[in-house]
Amino acid sequence: MKGLKAVLQNAEKKVLGVSSEEVKIESYRLKGGEHDSISSLKELDEYEGELLAAGIDPEEKGRSGSFLQQDHSVVFAKSLIPGLEILSTEEAIKKHSWLDEYLWNIVPADKDIYTKEVAERPTQGYFLRAEKGTKITLPLQSCLFISKDKIRQNVHNIVIAEENSELNIITGCTVAHTVSEALHLGISEFYVKKNAKITFTMVHNWSGGVDVRPRSATLIEDNGVFISNYIFMTPVKSLQMYPTAICAGENSRASFQSIIYAHGNTNIDSGSRIVLQGKGSRGEIISRAIATDDARIIAKGDLVGEAENVRGHLECRGLMLSDSSMIESIPELKARRKNIDLSHEAAVGKIAEEEIRYLMARGFTEDEAVGMIIRGFLSIDIKGLPEGLARETKKMFDMTLEKVM
Amino acid sequence: MLEIQNLSVEVGGKRILNDLNLHIGEGEVHVLFGANGSGKTTLFLTILGFPGYNVVEGKIDFKGIDITEFNITDRVKLGMGVSFQHPPEIRGVKLGDVVEQLLERRGGGDAKALARKLNLSEEFLSRDLNLGFSGGEVKRSEILQLLAQNPDFFMFDEPDSGVDVENVELLGGITNEMLERDRRPSKRQKSALIISHIGYILNYIKADRAHVLLDGRIACSGMTEEIYNHILNEGFEGCVAKCGKEGVRCEF
Repeated sequence: MKGLKAVLQNAEKKVLGVSSEEVKIESYRLKGGEHDSISSLKELDEYEGELLAAGIDPEEKGRSGSFLQQDHSVVFAKSLIPGLEILSTEEAIKKHSWLDEYLWNIVPADKDIYTKEVAERPTQGYFLRAEKGTKITLPLQSCLFISKDKIRQNVHNIVIAEENSELNIITGCTVAHTVSEALHLGISEFYVKKNAKITFTMVHNWSGGVDVRPRSATLIEDNGVFISNYIFMTPVKSLQMYPTAICAGENSRASFQSIIYAHGNTNIDSGSRIVLQGKGSRGEIISRAIATDDARIIAKGDLVGEAENVRGHLECRGLMLSDSSMIESIPELKARRKNIDLSHEAAVGKIAEEEIRYLMARGFTEDEAVGMIIRGFLSIDIKGLPEGLARETKKMFDMTLEKVM
Repeated sequence: MLEIQNLSVEVGGKRILNDLNLHIGEGEVHVLFGANGSGKTTLFLTILGFPGYNVVEGKIDFKGIDITEFNITDRVKLGMGVSFQHPPEIRGVKLGDVVEQLLERRGGGDAKALARKLNLSEEFLSRDLNLGFSGGEVKRSEILQLLAQNPDFFMFDEPDSGVDVENVELLGGITNEMLERDRRPSKRQKSALIISHIGYILNYIKADRAHVLLDGRIACSGMTEEIYNHILNEGFEGCVAKCGKEGVRCEF
């Protein structure tokens, strides 16, 4: 029996190993991350590779605007389209007195040590807003960039799509290759008003020494649509996040799609939650996770049905490429009404030998076959994006995949 | 094209093929009959070089090269092409992308035009490989990939199983074309081995020779029609009754 107890304890430890590690916030600096503004993103040419890897185009081609924060300073914020506001959060608070109602509204300031830290010592963040009736299909790009070693970035982001508006965002979080250690804390509050739509495509391009703790939530009103796409392919020291979308309005929609390729010593505890509160609201969570080397992934999904006629589907698929990696898939469905429909599919496995052999029988080498299968596994159809953005997202995905494989 | 000599194969320690000999010349199409469990699929996968199919005796020459120790990819690169009976579903890998890559290897070609030939739509090309394909779609997708690959030696595993009459006719026609059956025998360069339980496909593809596989060895060989009719009348065992059990090569 002693053996069994040890096994159980060990299993427990492994589960908790990822999420329970609290980052020592004070060990990262809050000073020394100030930079002057720039007049063009091209001025950051020494970091061009890092920006490109996070989906940021320094030439701003095909973009409706750009935002770039380097360490603790917003160095660039410019909208190219009327009706689209791009500001630093600090400036936005000065400009809009009503913004108080939006800050710490859906992410509680006292949620955990990270939210408390950002509430007490914020270092900027972005404010993005589409005015009423403004539909902006061209994506805007925002970038949170860490270029100084051992700093902590405490950003608070606010994104608002007013009634009948549309906002398409590519956001990249990236770090200079010279940074050995850093901490990124990011609070994001999204507001999708009546009949509005936000698509939010986030690329994380961190490095092995960075701890990352995003805390984000979205509030969606009647007929509003929120689509989040998340791409993670470079190592990180630890990442923990559990973005929540609240479908508060009637017939509102939320969708989370994540693609995670974890290698090295990466530790990821990531999930998405959709709370279906509005009558007839819909939610979908799709994730693909690949673990190799010593990477550890906890992939969670949570659907909560609280209103009449809601429907939600959750699909988590995991692929294991090494014996020293780990994937834990935790799908949860919570029903609080009679007339609802929630479902989930979860599967974790290895690459099937017969798939490799089948492709080899077409003349592909074993490595080519494995590459095709991995690429196929990760390539979920990203729905709901305007054509240009879909192309851009695919390009970004291909580029990152090319790099890691 | 393909020369198999005294081939004995074990799978999981169990002897499946026993001292098997088979010669398929350039431009020849052979059909291999046999009951379930006679070793047809084992022979197919051994020729293709699947791991786990251990050649314990004998050898396989392909185009004059001993390929017994070659891996799958290298055999295929030498000019082999296969159509599977039950291909695996591969999520996210698009049929169209695979066909494009096969065409590229030969210097290009039009995937959509090839698909049209097989009554497959453009939309079909964007589907995940074999995922949710019907029986007929599986066969057409396999033939489409073979068309794109254009090998010198073809192997078909049960090309007529689970396919309706209309599809067998369409596939038969295209396969004949692929195998250059419309040319004079001396002008044919493509060879093939068709593995078949029922032989239904032979209404559409003319094979030059037929063999019966029984208990892991070729029990008898001969002209296709003769062998086929004999099986219809006497069953697979009838061939043993005529040729004996000693594994001696027996010609009809």
